[in-house]
Amino acid sequence: MKKQTIDSRPAGPKPWYDPRVRSIFFQVVAIALVFWGGWTLVDNTLSNMESRGISTGFGFLEESAGFGIIMHLVPYDATMSYGRTFWVGLTNTLLVSAMGVVAATILGFVLGVARLSSNWLVAKISLVYIEVIRNIPLLLQIFFWYFAVLSNLPSPRQSVDVGGTLFLNNRGLYLPEPLTQDGFGLVWGGVLAAIAAVIGIRIWAKKRQLATGQIFPTFKVGVAILVLVPIVSYLVAGRPLEWEIPALKGFNFGGGITIIPELAALWIALSLYTASFIAEIVRSGILSVSKGQTEASKALGLPHGLTLRLVVIPQAMRVIIPPLTSQYLNLVKNSSLATAIGYPDLVAVFMGTTLNQTGQAVEVVAMTMAVYLTISLLISLFMNIYNRAVAIKER
Amino acid sequence: MTESTMKPPKKVLSPVNWMRQHLFSTWYNALLTVVVGYLIVTSVGPLLNWVFFDANFQGSDPSDCSGAGACWLFINQRLNFFIYGFYPDELQWRVDLMFLLLAVSFVPQFIERFPGRKWLGIFGMTGLPLIGFFLIPGGNFGLEQVESTKWGGLMLTLILAYIGIIASLPIGILLALGRRSEMPIIRGLCVVFIEVWRAVPLITVLFMASVMLPLFLPEGMNFEKLARALIGITLWQSAYMAEVIRGGLQAIPRGQYEAADALGLGYWRKMGLIVLPQALKMVIPGIVNTFIALFKDTTLVLIIGLFDILGTVQSTVTDPAWQNVAVEGYVFVAFCFWVFCFGISQYSQKLERKLDTGHKT
Repeated sequence: MKKQTIDSRPAGPKPWYDPRVRSIFFQVVAIALVFWGGWTLVDNTLSNMESRGISTGFGFLEESAGFGIIMHLVPYDATMSYGRTFWVGLTNTLLVSAMGVVAATILGFVLGVARLSSNWLVAKISLVYIEVIRNIPLLLQIFFWYFAVLSNLPSPRQSVDVGGTLFLNNRGLYLPEPLTQDGFGLVWGGVLAAIAAVIGIRIWAKKRQLATGQIFPTFKVGVAILVLVPIVSYLVAGRPLEWEIPALKGFNFGGGITIIPELAALWIALSLYTASFIAEIVRSGILSVSKGQTEASKALGLPHGLTLRLVVIPQAMRVIIPPLTSQYLNLVKNSSLATAIGYPDLVAVFMGTTLNQTGQAVEVVAMTMAVYLTISLLISLFMNIYNRAVAIKER
Repeated sequence: MTESTMKPPKKVLSPVNWMRQHLFSTWYNALLTVVVGYLIVTSVGPLLNWVFFDANFQGSDPSDCSGAGACWLFINQRLNFFIYGFYPDELQWRVDLMFLLLAVSFVPQFIERFPGRKWLGIFGMTGLPLIGFFLIPGGNFGLEQVESTKWGGLMLTLILAYIGIIASLPIGILLALGRRSEMPIIRGLCVVFIEVWRAVPLITVLFMASVMLPLFLPEGMNFEKLARALIGITLWQSAYMAEVIRGGLQAIPRGQYEAADALGLGYWRKMGLIVLPQALKMVIPGIVNTFIALFKDTTLVLIIGLFDILGTVQSTVTDPAWQNVAVEGYVFVAFCFWVFCFGISQYSQKLERKLDTGHKT
C-alpha cells in the first residue's frame, strides 16, 4: 500500500529542471555576485585610499576653497568653502541648461515647421542646416564658437557698440542691468494681479462658452491686461527702475550684466546642436497626424489657424513630447562639456578643480553623479506628468 | 506589369510653373523667398571665395598662406599627425592595412548585390577587431610594439568608436534580456544599471574611469589610460544599446514567445533562435543611431588627455607658427565627422526602407 502511493504520484521535474528552483538559484547567485563585487570594490577603494593617504568623508566641504571662479550666480569668493563651490557650479549648470532648453525649443520648432514649408527654398535650407549640424560633434561646435568666433572679436577698447548701452568684445557681451528702486514692489504686485486676472478670465470664458456658446476673445484681452497693468503700476509707483549702463574702466568694462564668452559659446553651441534634433522630432510629430484629420477639420469649416491649434498640434504633441524629453535630458548632460572651454559648470568647478585640490574622488564624483541623476529623474517626472495630461483619453 | 501597379505618369513642370508653385505660391511665400534668397546670395559668394578661390592649397610653410582665404596647406602639412597621432612613421602601414580592411568590409554594404557582402560584414564584426588587436599594438609575431600613448588622430577615434560598439552590443543584449526577465531581482539590477548610466553625462563617466578606476582595483593591478576610457565608454554605451534592443524585444508579438515555449525550447534557445534575430533586425536603425552618437561622443576623450582627431587638431591650432588656422582645423574635423556620420545615417535610412515590411500603418 505504502509503496503504491509513492508510485502513483506524478513524477515532478528534478529540482535542477524546475523553473522556480532555477529562478531562485539564479537570483541568489546574482545577489551574491553583486554583494561580493560591491564589497571588493569598497574594500579595494578603502585600502587604496589609506595607502595613498586620502581622507574620507564629507568634512572637506567645510574647508576653504581658495580659488576664484570667473562667474557665479550665488555670492562667492576664494575664502568660501568647497561646499559653496558645489552650489556655484550647480547654479551655473542650471543656468546654461535653462537658457539652452528655451533657445533650442524655439529654434527647433521653427526649423521643424520650416522643413515642412511649402516654400521649396525654406524647406531645403532647413534640411541642410539639420543634416550639417547634427552630424558634427558638439564638442567641436563648442570649440568653434569659443576659439574661432568669440576669441576673434575685437578687444574691449574696440568693442562693438550698439547705441552706447550694449557692448560686445572678446571678454563677453555687456548689457545694461536693471536696478530696482524703492517702490518696485508695486510693479511686482501689478504683474501678479495681471496674471491672476488673465487666469480668472480664461476660466470664466471657458465656462461661458460651454454654457452659451459665445466665444470671448481671451487671448487679445489677456495680452492687453498683461501689458497694460504692469506699465500703469510702473508709472503710478514713480518709475522705480534705473539702468546701470556698462562703461569702459581701465582695460575692461564695469557695471551692467556680463555674459562671459564661455557661457555664450556653450549656450550657442548647445542650442544650435539640440535644435537640429528637436526639428526632426517636430517634423515627425506633425507628419504623424494623419491627413484625414486636417481634411475633416477643413470640411467642418475650421479656418487654417484653428485647424492647426485645435486638431493638428494637440495630436502631434503626443508624438513629440517623449523624444523631446530625451533631448532636454541630453542638453543638460551635454552642458557638462563646459569644462572643455572653462565655463565654470558643476563638472568643471567641482569634479575638476575641487577634486584636484582635495583628492577626494569618491565623494566628489558621487555628489556630481547624484546631481545629474536627480535632474534626469525630475525632468522625466515632469514630462511624464505633462505627457499623461496630453495622452489620448480612451475608454 | 498590370495596369493597377503602373505608376502615374510623371508630372513635368516648366521652370516657371515650378517656381510659381514652390517659391511664389502666396504673397508671404514670395516675400520669404526673396528675403532668404538674398541672404543666400550674399553669404554663399564670400564663403566659396574663402573655401576655394582665395584659398591656399600649395606651399610648405605658413608664409605661403596669403590670408585672404582658407589656409588648407596647414591641413596638408599636418595630415600625418591628424590621422596617426604619434604612431611611428615606418610602422604606419599597419594602420593603413586596418583602414583598408575596414573599407573592404563595410563599403560593399552600401552596394546592393555585391557578392558575399554579408560575409564581409560578419568579418568586420569579428575577424577585423581580432586582427587589429594584434596588429595595432604589436608586440607579437615579430611586430614592433607601439605604446597606446602614441596612438592618436583619426585612427584613435575609429578604434574608440569601433571597440565601443562591438563590445557594447553583447552587453546591451544581456542587459535588455535582464530587464525583460521574470526574475524580479535580476530585472531590478538591470534597471538600476541602465538608468544610472543613462542619467549621467559621458564626461563624468570618463572622469570616473580615469580618476576612480585605479582606486577600485586591487593594489598593483592597473590599466593604461586608453583601456580605462574604453571600459567607461563601453559600459555607458551598453546602457543605451540595452534600451534600443528592449524596444525591439517589446515589439515581438507574444505569439512568438508562446510558440517557442510550445516547441519546448529552453530560455536561451528561445531567445537566440526565435526572438533576438527578429528583434535585432527590427532595431538596426536604432543601433546605427546609437553608433553615430557614440562616434561623435568619442571626441570627449580629449578632456581626459587622449589625442583623438579633434584632440590632435586642437593641439595644433594653437601652434604660434601658424596664425589663425583654428577655423580651417575645425572645418577639417567637422568634414571628417560629417562624411562618416552622414554616410552611416543615409545607409541606415536605406536599410529602414528596405526592411520595412509594410505592416505599419
